[in-house]
Amino acid sequence: MTVKELDQVVVRFSGDSGDGMQLAGNIFSTVSATVGNSISTFPDYPADIRAPQGSLTGVSGFQVHIGAGKVYTPGDQCDVLVAMNAAALKTQLKFAKPNATIIIDTDAFRKSDLEKAAFQTDDPLTELGVDPDRVIACPLTQMVKDALADTGMDAKAVLKCRNMFALGLVCWLFSRDIEIAFNYLRDKFAKKPELAEANIKVIQAGYDYGHNTHSSAMNVYRIESKQKEPGRYMDITGNKATAYGFIAAAEKAGLKLYLGSYPITPATDVLHELSKHKSLGVTTVQCEDEIAGCSSAVGASFAGALAVTSTSGPGICLKSEAMNLAVIMELPLVVLDVQRGGPATGLPTKSEQTDLLQVLFGRNGESPMPVIAATSPVDCFDAAYQASKMALEHMTPVVLLTDAFVANGSAAFKLPNLADYPAINPPYVPEELKGTWTPYMRAENGTRYWAVPGREGFTHILGGLEKDNKTGAISTNPENHDLMTRLRKQKIDNIRVPDLEVIGDVDDAELLIVGFGGTYGHLRAAMEELRAQGRKVAHAHFKFINPLPKNAAQVLTKYRKVVVAEQNMGQLAAFLRMKVDGFVPYQFNQVKGQPFVVNELVKAFNDILDK
Amino acid sequence: MEYTAQDFKKGQPRWCPGCGDHFFLASLHKAMAEIGVAPYNTAVISGIGCSSRLPHYMATYGMNTIHGRAAAIATGCKVANPDLTVWQISGDGDGLAIGGNHFIHANRRNINLNMILLNNRIYGLTKGQYSPTSPRGFVSKSSPYGTVEDPFRPAELCFGARGHFFARAVATDAPGTVDILKAAYNHKGASVCEILQNCVIFNNGTHEAVYNKEGRAKNAIYVKHGEPLVFGENNEFGLVQEGFGLKVVKIGENGITLKDILVHDAHCQDNTLQLKLALMGDGDGFPVALGVIRDVDAPTYDDAVTAQIEEVKAAKKYHTFAELLETNDIWEVK
Repeated sequence: MTVKELDQVVVRFSGDSGDGMQLAGNIFSTVSATVGNSISTFPDYPADIRAPQGSLTGVSGFQVHIGAGKVYTPGDQCDVLVAMNAAALKTQLKFAKPNATIIIDTDAFRKSDLEKAAFQTDDPLTELGVDPDRVIACPLTQMVKDALADTGMDAKAVLKCRNMFALGLVCWLFSRDIEIAFNYLRDKFAKKPELAEANIKVIQAGYDYGHNTHSSAMNVYRIESKQKEPGRYMDITGNKATAYGFIAAAEKAGLKLYLGSYPITPATDVLHELSKHKSLGVTTVQCEDEIAGCSSAVGASFAGALAVTSTSGPGICLKSEAMNLAVIMELPLVVLDVQRGGPATGLPTKSEQTDLLQVLFGRNGESPMPVIAATSPVDCFDAAYQASKMALEHMTPVVLLTDAFVANGSAAFKLPNLADYPAINPPYVPEELKGTWTPYMRAENGTRYWAVPGREGFTHILGGLEKDNKTGAISTNPENHDLMTRLRKQKIDNIRVPDLEVIGDVDDAELLIVGFGGTYGHLRAAMEELRAQGRKVAHAHFKFINPLPKNAAQVLTKYRKVVVAEQNMGQLAAFLRMKVDGFVPYQFNQVKGQPFVVNELVKAFNDILDK
Repeated sequence: MEYTAQDFKKGQPRWCPGCGDHFFLASLHKAMAEIGVAPYNTAVISGIGCSSRLPHYMATYGMNTIHGRAAAIATGCKVANPDLTVWQISGDGDGLAIGGNHFIHANRRNINLNMILLNNRIYGLTKGQYSPTSPRGFVSKSSPYGTVEDPFRPAELCFGARGHFFARAVATDAPGTVDILKAAYNHKGASVCEILQNCVIFNNGTHEAVYNKEGRAKNAIYVKHGEPLVFGENNEFGLVQEGFGLKVVKIGENGITLKDILVHDAHCQDNTLQLKLALMGDGDGFPVALGVIRDVDAPTYDDAVTAQIEEVKAAKKYHTFAELLETNDIWEVK
């Protein structure tokens, strides 16, 4: 047996929806992160409600990228593919590198399995053109049954442990410390120790099988951690990080956190997460519809809470009118849009960046609203905190854009210390204004004061009708409406956001790569790959989209060539062209519902450089 | 502290002269003063429509929001701050057409809101289209040949949504209105008050049979919990149960005495007879029921939310963000 050192590796676990691939993938990434590897994961769920077992549409995947140094994406293609049945092999092979190692359960490649997966012959490997030398074909199901034979578990429960055998085998392949997985399971199933022990037994069996049977023929790999950043870490998905960001902001601001929401893929996990944390005083209301989700949040904001509503694109369509109400009433509100494929129901479980122009402009009237786009699963925490702070301090609804890729993906999250985060100071109306205060009186930065019900001397009526700037009464005066429109715009334009950062060949790049939100990792990886090829390139990524960073125009006009790469038909490019005089970028647009592929980006950007 | 109606008044209402909203507003000011909750602890939240202008004439906190969403916005306001007394004001279009979904769910959840439904059976602000409470065949600007659809009867919708409080008053009847508003405040949970109200411009006379005192004496019955259901200028008529329904009888005729008359039970969990009372008076020979028709105790949503938070706080060991982080699987990189 030889042990080979690797810089990075991508593993993809795939199987039937019920095969527990997400759990196996999660444990593998945790085991890797624990030893200091960088991780980035992406689950790929089928959209079917419950596809027939063993069918092509029922395959679920979980990809994890681990690296000795920093990894930015879950990886284009995998080095190891675990296929728990015939359908998984058929549908997932396209995600594997040509020389990838493939692990299959031969017990799930029987005639009926091959039929369900629409194979034409009884030799699936030949049919797909897979070199058998690359394949670890093992009677996995039978070995799981044997391992658990003396436990007295029923057949169904035994089969549920198949994923752990695959995990054990992959742990052997990458010389992982399986004790870490054991501890994880003992913790996870603390209330069902017998279940934890069964899973542990199967992991050990998988590990031993690899060691005993394949050591002579196969290499084993090691990924040493190179850029360790000391600290305490946890694995976090984007949706969970978003929920944590809201909790942290509410605590910092000393406010109750209120979430009004309606279940919608892929945003629902934020509702799930927040509804768990009542011990922190979090109030969640699962409303009758999207409209009520947003409307009730507006009501909660009026009542003095940090109010949030969470949804995905179709929900934004429904919430627009209530979002606009918060614009004209100048109340704080965070609207989370976890973007998915559209239009209409579109691709509910897949990822796109197609809601940008909708959240910027998709409302009646002049309706300026800040937009922040989280750049990675971990960044969702900071982005949610920043969106909450911005909403509360500037008395405005703020849109927080994430997407299915960022929301479901995970990475190692260094535990934040709330003391290090900036204070949140809403502009509560000063007591000395009692008697002279009117609802649209503004603080120096143009922000309306907040008078929360319950305070004597500050009763007032807000509403959707235009109000007089001075008295706060309903007004249709033309000059006043023009003034109020400008004041609302100015208030948003005044918000200070961090400058746009340029990474790479900052001074002499021949091509600046520009993107926003969840494509950060792929564009960054593409930039680094191009530089490794000797190209002069740089990357600038928008997290703050409205208002734009002050240096945006300067950065965008500094380089000879600029490409705006986004998962839509050119929405950010259109917005930047509107905001920056004479800006005519190249565009890279892809709307496949799948993350960008770094190699495709590199090729496209090379083509632009060669033009 | 004692309050007067004046303490709740603000501005000069802009409704048409003679509009039922004027009458209702005066009764609401009076009721709020008698209830005695401070204006600064009161929020009045409306949607869009003539009647939804009402918050602008209140010296309380409030919002005149967007069409149909008053109940949803009021829900968030009440749940986020249960210490506020929240009044939700809607018309029949705002509350039962565009806002129908929120109306039924606020009732189902039993949010502690005082939900006022000002029912003039017409869209007034948009100048005269039929509403979801307009009767079949109703001629309006948008139904020049008469409507071909049946209306909602608000009580039916409220009861169908498992509502626990339903009361009715005529806008011009100040004491009757003040009575049900106070009862609505005293009821913990969603309290629906249907206010029969005239639109002098687009639907004049829609509640004519009961709109003045003389009419009510003949055509209405004031129901009161624990008292026999009698009506008429000299209380000479009464209601009795017959088969699956109700029947009007004359006291003193056919051996009927006051003892035979059905006694109103607003607290009865089973809403069958309450619904029958609420649906009377639709040209069916029965009087229109006014007063508190149903008033049944039930757990409120906002109380339950607060209680659950306290319960979980007591049961769980983490109460701050820093403690929450520690509940995860954590590893240390050295």
